[in-house]
Amino acid sequence: MSRALPEDLDCIVAVEQVTDYIEGAMPLQARTRFEQHLCYCPACMIYLRQIKAQIGVSALLAEHKPPPEEVTRKLLQFFRASRRG
Amino acid sequence: MPAPEREAIEVAQDSALVEALRAGDERAFLDLVGRLHGGLVRFALGFVRTQTAAEDVVQDAWAAVLQGIDRFEGRCTLRSWILGIVANLARTRAVGDRRSVPLSALQPDDERAVEASEFLPDTHSRWAGHWARWPEPWPDQCLLSRETMQHVREAIDRLPQGQRAVIQLRDVEGCTAEEVCEALGLSEVNQRVLLHRARSRVRKEIARHFQGSKP
Repeated sequence: MSRALPEDLDCIVAVEQVTDYIEGAMPLQARTRFEQHLCYCPACMIYLRQIKAQIGVSALLAEHKPPPEEVTRKLLQFFRASRRG
Repeated sequence: MPAPEREAIEVAQDSALVEALRAGDERAFLDLVGRLHGGLVRFALGFVRTQTAAEDVVQDAWAAVLQGIDRFEGRCTLRSWILGIVANLARTRAVGDRRSVPLSALQPDDERAVEASEFLPDTHSRWAGHWARWPEPWPDQCLLSRETMQHVREAIDRLPQGQRAVIQLRDVEGCTAEEVCEALGLSEVNQRVLLHRARSRVRKEIARHFQGSKP
């Protein structure tokens, strides 16, 4: 006798679980159900890939340029003053 | 690497840095400023109205960091401690500028990740709640174009305050969930709900952008 699969998720429910899934914040059973849905549902797989791609693009927006020179000079003054105090 | 381990490593690296700052190591301070300053200004801009106000807030925050560094206990990462200081100063400043948003604005709302109209209605005999039309895959090369990146930047900047703060720190700056909860005083669940709403909204805008740019 084959074991019955859990009932498939509706896509409208699955899209609300994407963040919990990526964050690893799902209990095992819910996670399994979600992953099983992905196996059956190419559309939700596309959706998940979009969200992951978006996260990748967002990371490229980080700004690591140092502040303008006069700000750096001012901060350095703060620093020296704080260490004297 | 799992987030708790990453955080443990960061806390350990922090302690060396904190020691250097306490000892008056200017190089260490300038490295830290170079690494964080731009992101802090962008983060502050989520609360105050102008670039100048954001710059002011972050300068004040650096002064507060230096005043408080001797009392920093390393119970969170140095970055989340600094972000918390910026958030507090920026919110205070926003109250002065009458651009304050009540903390309840950080509470989750109940909007959908994808509009209900994108799915088949409950009345559908076989596929209720499934996609009415598949989302279209995004072209990889367009995703990295300057134009798309600008769209993502603007979509993030248009988000409500709480969502914007969370997605900026998590997805742009690469903070851990723990750091964001610490810096913004959010519960784990609220942090995740705000992140979910933020990512969903930005996705809608990117999808609209690609839809609109199709010939």
